[in-house]
Amino acid sequence: MQSIQLAFSDWLIIAIYFGFVLGIGLYLKRFTKNENDFFLAGRKNSSWVAGLAFLSANLGALELLGMTGNTFKYGMYVAHFYWIGAIPAMIFLGIYMMPFYYSAKIKSVPGYLKLRFDEKTRVLNGIAFAVMTLLVSGINLYAMALVLHTFLGWDWNVSMWISAATVAAYVTLSGLLSAIFTEIIQFFLIWFGLFLVSILGIIEIGSVNDIFQRVDELYKTVSYTTLWSTSADPSLNGMVITWGGIVLGLGFVLSFGYWTTDFLVVQRAFSAKDLRAARMTPILASFFKMAVPFIVILTGLIAIVLANDPKSGFALVQDGGQVNYDSALPLLIARYYPPGLVGLGVTALLAGFMAGQAGNISAFNTVWTYDIYHSVINKKASEAHLLWMGRVATVVGILISLVTAYWAKSFPSIMDYMQAIFSWVNAPLFATMLLGMFVRWITPNAAFWGLLAGMGSSFTLFLAVKFSWIDGRLITLSDVASDMAANFWRAWWAWLICFVVTIVLSFFTKRKPDEELVGLVKGLTPAVSTEGIPWHRRPEAYAVISVLVLIALNIYFW
Amino acid sequence: MEQEPKKMKPIWYFVGLMLSSMGAVVLISGIVNYSDTEIAKTVLSELHPALWWGVVMIAAGLIFLLANRKTTVD
Repeated sequence: MQSIQLAFSDWLIIAIYFGFVLGIGLYLKRFTKNENDFFLAGRKNSSWVAGLAFLSANLGALELLGMTGNTFKYGMYVAHFYWIGAIPAMIFLGIYMMPFYYSAKIKSVPGYLKLRFDEKTRVLNGIAFAVMTLLVSGINLYAMALVLHTFLGWDWNVSMWISAATVAAYVTLSGLLSAIFTEIIQFFLIWFGLFLVSILGIIEIGSVNDIFQRVDELYKTVSYTTLWSTSADPSLNGMVITWGGIVLGLGFVLSFGYWTTDFLVVQRAFSAKDLRAARMTPILASFFKMAVPFIVILTGLIAIVLANDPKSGFALVQDGGQVNYDSALPLLIARYYPPGLVGLGVTALLAGFMAGQAGNISAFNTVWTYDIYHSVINKKASEAHLLWMGRVATVVGILISLVTAYWAKSFPSIMDYMQAIFSWVNAPLFATMLLGMFVRWITPNAAFWGLLAGMGSSFTLFLAVKFSWIDGRLITLSDVASDMAANFWRAWWAWLICFVVTIVLSFFTKRKPDEELVGLVKGLTPAVSTEGIPWHRRPEAYAVISVLVLIALNIYFW
Repeated sequence: MEQEPKKMKPIWYFVGLMLSSMGAVVLISGIVNYSDTEIAKTVLSELHPALWWGVVMIAAGLIFLLANRKTTVD
């Protein structure tokens, strides 16, 4: 395809963005005085700051491009990722899990595993998380260079090194604080830079109703515009999945596994100034999460309509005879945006990539410093030394990400495995966390071996289906299933295996005395007091409203 | 003796600065496109999206800036 040409005004907007993020890194350095400031942003953020950062850490450009492309491929079922696949888990984190996390004064999620179980479970999860984070960070970097090369014609090496060096600079200067600041800037850039695509798409086609009507006319036997009404039979919906896979795999295991245990997002809540703000963090984020489909799903549906209208002249990019679904959003930007706005759209994507990179690196430097380096290599390290190590880990993490990005460039199919990577690490960890927080007789050895069994089984199931050692239908419980459906089901089995193994082994191994579990397990922890907080400021009130909005959206698009 | 660092400006102040500065660039390019329609031959260019979107961004940016011009955080 012909590259999108940038005018002077477009370059100026990109330059303003780079100036801002580097300037913010320099400005915040004076407020980053100790390890608490560097790794936890001083624990002084309001729930709004922590909440928007919590959401934005997940709202990367790869997700925006990928989910718009997935909507083109699978239809409106992709909205499940934003609604049932996120909101219940975020509410559960805020209401039930955050009191244990926050009150334990831990610096990372593996840190909770150390207190609740033992050192080996912490190190196992710490290593798995560090590897996963660097892998995802490198793949993100590669994806960014791929998008910039394909649509703007930019040089691979220049794109990767400039963005990596910028992220390294501002995270090294002021750690999580600058990562959070840039994530919030990214949030506003994404809305102001990309929502206009939806608005102009609606104007061109006529109305939102017209978009839905025209998609329905195109797909008469398979629904692309509903959420649940065609989920009893996988052959009736674009994602080729049943409601069981959506509820158990995505809505329960993958969603709860990611939103309640992935340190990349949970770290933002740890930076909140008090327990109420920490509990409000994911609940406030849930409202904004529910709004994201108004960018990605809508633009995906707009792309379907335009691509099937010969008069529109719109067609997705073909790579080697295969449709590049991720090209939908950049092509719509090129279609509607004049000079100036193109720069804004490109900057929104760049910000998404770079803030995602910074999020991964700030989570990595914390887990490396506390859960691997301080826990295994240098137990006597001083606070000043840990701060220094955090900065070193940032630079080394970025360099490893660059190596991973070059590796991904020579092995591009690695991008197809992103969802699978999450199901290897997060799905079983959610079983361990759930049992650890809510069942006091779960033992440290059972947790370790259960987690190992869950991670191992998820990886083995992936290989077994990939190389046809077993029939994929055994996992998905249906005759037809998409790759997405297989991911959802594999996550469910990994969770179940970890859950069952942990419970069974707990009957035969030694439990921790109750006095060591105070503040870490339900039943041994005083209930959160909301006394003195008016009802309209309580996290529970916002959680109820969030759930009501979720129910309304699901009924409306049933 | 080392001077105590100043109090930090909130993130919302920087959001306001960024939106208004980027909005100004978008608005100016919208004005240029308006006066020379050959520059921007995009679909729906007759609606001049850069012009009014630039105004929206500047307005949003100014709201953030004004609301936080005197605010600091610990």
